[in-house]
Amino acid sequence: MTLRITRAYVEAILEQSRVEYPDECCGVILGPEGSDRAETLKPMINAAHSPTFYEFDSKDLLALYRELDDNSQEIVVVYHSHTETQAYPSRTDIAYASEPNAHYVLVSTRKEIAPENEFRSYRIIDGVVTEEDVEIVAAL
Amino acid sequence: MSASSIEVRIPTILRPFTKGEKTVSADATNLAELISALDKSYTGLGDRLLENGELRRFINIYINDEDVRFMGSLTAPLKAGDSVTILPAVAGGC
Repeated sequence: MTLRITRAYVEAILEQSRVEYPDECCGVILGPEGSDRAETLKPMINAAHSPTFYEFDSKDLLALYRELDDNSQEIVVVYHSHTETQAYPSRTDIAYASEPNAHYVLVSTRKEIAPENEFRSYRIIDGVVTEEDVEIVAAL
Repeated sequence: MSASSIEVRIPTILRPFTKGEKTVSADATNLAELISALDKSYTGLGDRLLENGELRRFINIYINDEDVRFMGSLTAPLKAGDSVTILPAVAGGC
């Protein structure tokens, strides 16, 4: 599997991770059901406001799923930032991963790494993490 | 109460328990009863919602538009015509 994503979205997610530092940032990219097209970027509020944890607010989560239902969309990408560790799913990330069809994107704001190198994508299914390629394109 | 009067929306990750059904229905007067009724029809589903008799931390359940955690969790009352939505939390951390 490969995640295909526009350069504008990659830059927007990296920028969001810098703006919300030292907290973790989070969000989703939506697309038509079954399309695997990362079409609509939707930054979310980290209700945990924490450098080590992120969680969508429970009301925001319900609103998001209602919107998906109304528009026949699904979550194509779930992303969040790690603030001081590498962009690799933590045990917590794996335990919570619940969208078998989603690409899980991790970015890192740790200082010793150029952020551009820390945009990585994974599948997380039944506790098994598989890194995948990221194809950055000008337009989908 | 008429049979199967509460509609329950099932998230993708739990649909293997409901043979792929997005929406199922059951009868109950509170959330604990609902989960027990669901588990009878869809074996194993209850265990994915409860841990040590409490709602799992990473599962959100809503009655109509309200998070059950603000309605007494498992004692949250249900009546015919209510709509229940189950959603996995989107969460994680380093």
